[in-house]
Amino acid sequence: MFEISINGNRRQAQVDGDTPLLWVLRDVLGLTGTKFGCGIAQCGACTVHVDGSPVRSCRLPVSAVGARSITTIEGIGASPIGAKVQKAWLDLEVIQCGYCQSGQIMSAVALLEGNSNPDDEAIDAAMSGNICRCGTYVRIREGIKRAANGG
Amino acid sequence: MVADPSVSRRDALRAAAIGGTALLLGVNLRSASIAAISGGASATFAPDAFIRITSDGRATLIMPQTEMGQGIYTALSMLIAEELDLPLDEVTLEEAPANDKLYGNPIFKVQATGGSTSVRGYWLPLRTVGASARAMLVSAAARRWRVDPSTCRTEAGEVIHDASGRRSSYGPLAAAAMRETPPSAPQLKRLEDFRLIGRSHRRLDTRPKTDGSLRYGIDAMPEGVRFASLACAPVLGGRVERVDDSQARALPGVRQIIVLNDIVAVVADTSWGAMRALAAIDIKWRDGEFGSLSTETLREALIEAGRADGNVAVDTGASSKLSGEGVISEFYDLPLLAHAPMEPMNCTVHVTAERCEVWVGTQVMTMTQRAAAEEAGLPPEKVVVHNHLIGGGFGRRLEVDGVRKAVRIARHVDGPVKVVWSREEDIARAPYRSLYGSWMRARLEDGRPVAWGHKVAGPTVVGRWLPPAFDGKVDNDAVDGAAETPYDLPASYVTWVRHEPKGIATAFWRGVGPNMNVFATESFVDRVAHEAGRSPLDLRRSMIGKHLRARAVLDMAAEKAGWNDPLPHRQGRGISLQFAFGTYLCTIAEVAVDEDGAVKVLRMTTAVDCGTPVNPDGIVSQIQGGIIFGLSAALHGRITISNGRTEQSNFHDYRVLRMNETPRIEVHVIRNAEPPGGIGEPGTVSVQAAVANAIYAATGVHLTRMPIDQSLLAKGARA
Amino acid sequence: MIGRYRNWLLLGGAALILAAVVAWRLLFLPDALDFAGGTRVPLADYGRSGIAGVPEELAKAEPLARGKYLAEAADCAACHTAKGGRPFSGGRPFKLPFGTIYTPNITPDRETGIGAWTDAEFLRAVHKGIGRNGQRLYPAFPYASYTMLTDADVIAIRRYLGSLAAVRQANLPNTFAFPFNQRWLMAIWGAFFNSDRRFEPVRERSVQWNRGAYLVEAAGHCGECHTPRTLMQAMDTRRKFAGGQAEGWNAYNISGDRLSGIGQWTDAELTEYLAKGHATGRGVASGPMAEAVELSTSRLTHSDITAMVAYLRTIPPVRTKASPAMAGPAPAAASAGPSGNVPGKRIFEGACASCHAWSGRGAITSDQQLTGNRAVNDGSASNVAMMILHGTGGTPERPGAYMPSFAAAYSDTEIADVANYVTARFGAKPSRITASDVKRMREE
Ligand code: FES
Ligand code: FES
Repeated sequence: MFEISINGNRRQAQVDGDTPLLWVLRDVLGLTGTKFGCGIAQCGACTVHVDGSPVRSCRLPVSAVGARSITTIEGIGASPIGAKVQKAWLDLEVIQCGYCQSGQIMSAVALLEGNSNPDDEAIDAAMSGNICRCGTYVRIREGIKRAANGG
Repeated sequence: MVADPSVSRRDALRAAAIGGTALLLGVNLRSASIAAISGGASATFAPDAFIRITSDGRATLIMPQTEMGQGIYTALSMLIAEELDLPLDEVTLEEAPANDKLYGNPIFKVQATGGSTSVRGYWLPLRTVGASARAMLVSAAARRWRVDPSTCRTEAGEVIHDASGRRSSYGPLAAAAMRETPPSAPQLKRLEDFRLIGRSHRRLDTRPKTDGSLRYGIDAMPEGVRFASLACAPVLGGRVERVDDSQARALPGVRQIIVLNDIVAVVADTSWGAMRALAAIDIKWRDGEFGSLSTETLREALIEAGRADGNVAVDTGASSKLSGEGVISEFYDLPLLAHAPMEPMNCTVHVTAERCEVWVGTQVMTMTQRAAAEEAGLPPEKVVVHNHLIGGGFGRRLEVDGVRKAVRIARHVDGPVKVVWSREEDIARAPYRSLYGSWMRARLEDGRPVAWGHKVAGPTVVGRWLPPAFDGKVDNDAVDGAAETPYDLPASYVTWVRHEPKGIATAFWRGVGPNMNVFATESFVDRVAHEAGRSPLDLRRSMIGKHLRARAVLDMAAEKAGWNDPLPHRQGRGISLQFAFGTYLCTIAEVAVDEDGAVKVLRMTTAVDCGTPVNPDGIVSQIQGGIIFGLSAALHGRITISNGRTEQSNFHDYRVLRMNETPRIEVHVIRNAEPPGGIGEPGTVSVQAAVANAIYAATGVHLTRMPIDQSLLAKGARA
Repeated sequence: MIGRYRNWLLLGGAALILAAVVAWRLLFLPDALDFAGGTRVPLADYGRSGIAGVPEELAKAEPLARGKYLAEAADCAACHTAKGGRPFSGGRPFKLPFGTIYTPNITPDRETGIGAWTDAEFLRAVHKGIGRNGQRLYPAFPYASYTMLTDADVIAIRRYLGSLAAVRQANLPNTFAFPFNQRWLMAIWGAFFNSDRRFEPVRERSVQWNRGAYLVEAAGHCGECHTPRTLMQAMDTRRKFAGGQAEGWNAYNISGDRLSGIGQWTDAELTEYLAKGHATGRGVASGPMAEAVELSTSRLTHSDITAMVAYLRTIPPVRTKASPAMAGPAPAAASAGPSGNVPGKRIFEGACASCHAWSGRGAITSDQQLTGNRAVNDGSASNVAMMILHGTGGTPERPGAYMPSFAAAYSDTEIADVANYVTARFGAKPSRITASDVKRMREE
């Protein structure tokens, strides 16, 4: 039995400790906003925040989470930067199929939390691990800049 | 997928003419399923299969096409709402149930989303639907107010009688409108009266995509669902020979291990539990006849097939002029590609003795229903398909192989089971974009081609997927972009060799037939320009005659890309011009090639004329995405086969473009009043030739194969 | 005249002496335990048990279970199993400078395996490197180490192998060219470099130390990879455990040197590494070491791993150039790293940073930590490039450290670029490997 803090709530899961957090969120806790894309930390679809840092939940065993707090896409709107990014995403029509976007938003928010005015180089460094097969990169870049400049 | 856009336009018109009132409006076809979705509420205005307005004023639009990111929910809603004068911001959208009669794509006649056909096909039908409903609402109001309907107008969800100052929103008119007779020929708005069409509208499907609340097929969670992972025979036609699952059984959370002819699946309490157990099973496969298949043998077979003359698609007297002195020729070919949509293949199924329920995101509703019915051994009406928004289709979800496999597994499971493909399984055991080859020939006189030959070899996906659309001679998709080019060629000879590669399954892939044909045509135009010592831009200009829209996109792209601006050493620009899917498009790529041959794409400039734009920002977005999809293919895309098995497995070895490889992309939309053309595929199609031609300009190396082989581009290397 | 002769004689004499010294040094190397001093005694004379055989916990186990344990301690499975092949059925290639050697089938199949062998034949092969038909075996088979195993342990392993399912799989011929195909030459090699002596404990040392020595030297044959080789391809025991090579990977210095070796590792770290293939902050066992952990050390009892650690602790330090002082964490900001390798950085930010983090501390768990990892501090970048090419950790479904192989989708130039970027950003000594180095490593 693991108890983890997700979006400010304590949640329990009766799973094998090796189970990656991704599958605990999706299959056990019903938080399906965090997506499965590759399972090997190459696509970023499963990005969540662990104590504020972006982490690929598909490679994070639930047993390694410990007391750290998890934020998922379902909870990110509660933070001011999260809300700004979501708004910028809608204003600029960043999203196409949307499947990668939970992860994109989580990565973007983490970037902005640490760097309130990222340049292109910083955006590349933070976002190149997130694949978007629909090809929304151009607008993701704009969206981050929009959110940085007050939305 | 429909090659000749004039045909598709004709089809659309025909669909509007016959279907527009009878079939699509379907007043007399108000079937059980429509009654079911409208809940039988008497106070609902449901004049047809697409619109429902309840007395409390809530409007629901039924979406016959699947939303997979291309923005079709928004564009189709705009078509209805434009004519219905419905405020779009409050409507609810609903996925249509499986029903070809009501929701068959006007071009395909089956309920399928693909081939950049949605707006093209529904341009008139859905506007007619909206206009007809509007007329009924107006009649109902006029009758209530005892005024002449022609003195009423509509605006923002209300009928207004200006003379008396009376107005009513649609809701209270719903019941009465239902009793009105639909007009036989509803009046459509003139283009200049459009309020919605042609202005960028915010997308209707995206808000729940920002907070994780949207449920894709992979997020379906029917009560009591368990999770399955599957391993399919790694070689097409392979079988399970023996299975040692002793270790897997001992793992926690494992419920069931299912061994079928060609599939081993594990059902467990979590998807991970299933994947891990599956990896712990020692499976010995019997490969069958394709156990030694390789990419090389596949390519050789394609080239061998290309020795045949092929079936003639176009012959305007060029064949005799295409041999001997003065003819240049080149062979171009494309590799196998996987779709790799971000949402891995998945399908949730619950089979009982009486019925089968399927939760999936599919581009083909009714095909999905039929496939599930066949595998479940039930009649189609016993199969309920809950379609979902799709996390990337690109043609992959035009196929129902996954649905079949999931149902086969689910038949052995008590209760609902969600089958999720691992990415490895998704990439390695999928139907692929086929390899294609194009043999190009041209006779030049005075620096201009006077005879043009294009022979293309490849499979007919249409023939398998939509048999009535294939006449058995020439697959229109396979010659799309070759049979009709933007150029006036004095004489041309275009043929198609049907070649079904053995040992792999082939499928449509974003850009479909034109991917090969435009790559070959546009690369070869540059080759001709090189031979003739002319600028690729000037040569193209001189070759365009009647396709004035092609000239306009070419000129605009050239201007915006700064075609004549000087570039540093080993940088170059390349053009690709096309007419496909009813859309004219020109892309100019700007690339830099370093001394080691590494290619960096710096900038892509596209000008597009897709007729009347419906949602202009959606067009820009589709072109941007299409270009990035095409760049993935041009720079990295390659599925290779060895010993019958796919060598790629996940995004580490099937690379797709990442943000830091993405160039500046500029899209310029030319507006006009022509009927809309398709927009999902054209951007992708234009990339390969544009980039290859830019590399040609930068290095002098003419690439004839994709993806780009950097080793040919290193300084001093020879192609 | 005489003077001249004398000069010549002197010179000749000196040359002879020099040759003799060189030959002596080449041919007569210290034995594995000589460094420890003390008195070497036959096992029977040591007086206490617990050195050879299985650990106490298993003393009462079935004979086959004991044989299995010893076979694991000797890591037979790793070499005698081909990729994707059935365990112990052989066929795994080893590329040596003079050709490729394939390991033989050691399942009990009578025709293709060792089912028809007598115990004496088996003993002779393991101890002396002589095959069933008297042919000399190449020392890729580590008989110079295995020779120290007791007869009883070798026979126990033999019993265990005999209990496995027979796999019919013919052995593959080696591809050695002349003169290396002359097996009889191995007899000369063996005469010098295979002591053909069973393990002799050091009387003054504890049971634990001697048990560790037995596991490290005889069964585990650690020196085969971790000890540099002389010209004659013998383990250079004068530089014991100072680092060697294995299948294209660098096997690092595991002597007690604080800088180049494992002198600064704690006992707990060493234990964790051997038990799990990973010690926090020390990196992940990869390549052949990952296999050694998976198939061998991770299966040993805690007491045995502790004994190995106790023994390893006493190996004299040898300072080597290959392993400099390790760099600390890299800056967290991407832009603060090495400049001038844009392609390498671009690949790192797309495919690597999600796991390893820009700081190198690991973005997910400590499995991905690069800081303090010897591979990234190794200026040859061999293991970094090998890791990128070949990945590690089996399949993605397995818990713990896993890295995919990037060989197929990235060019030699790209892999060289990213390896050089990684050593420059995270290591003490930036590497400068080239596309042609990578090309060579691909073939390993
Ligand atoms: S699913 Fe975790 S990074 Fe792709
Ligand atoms: S929006 Fe579809 S994958 Fe990114």
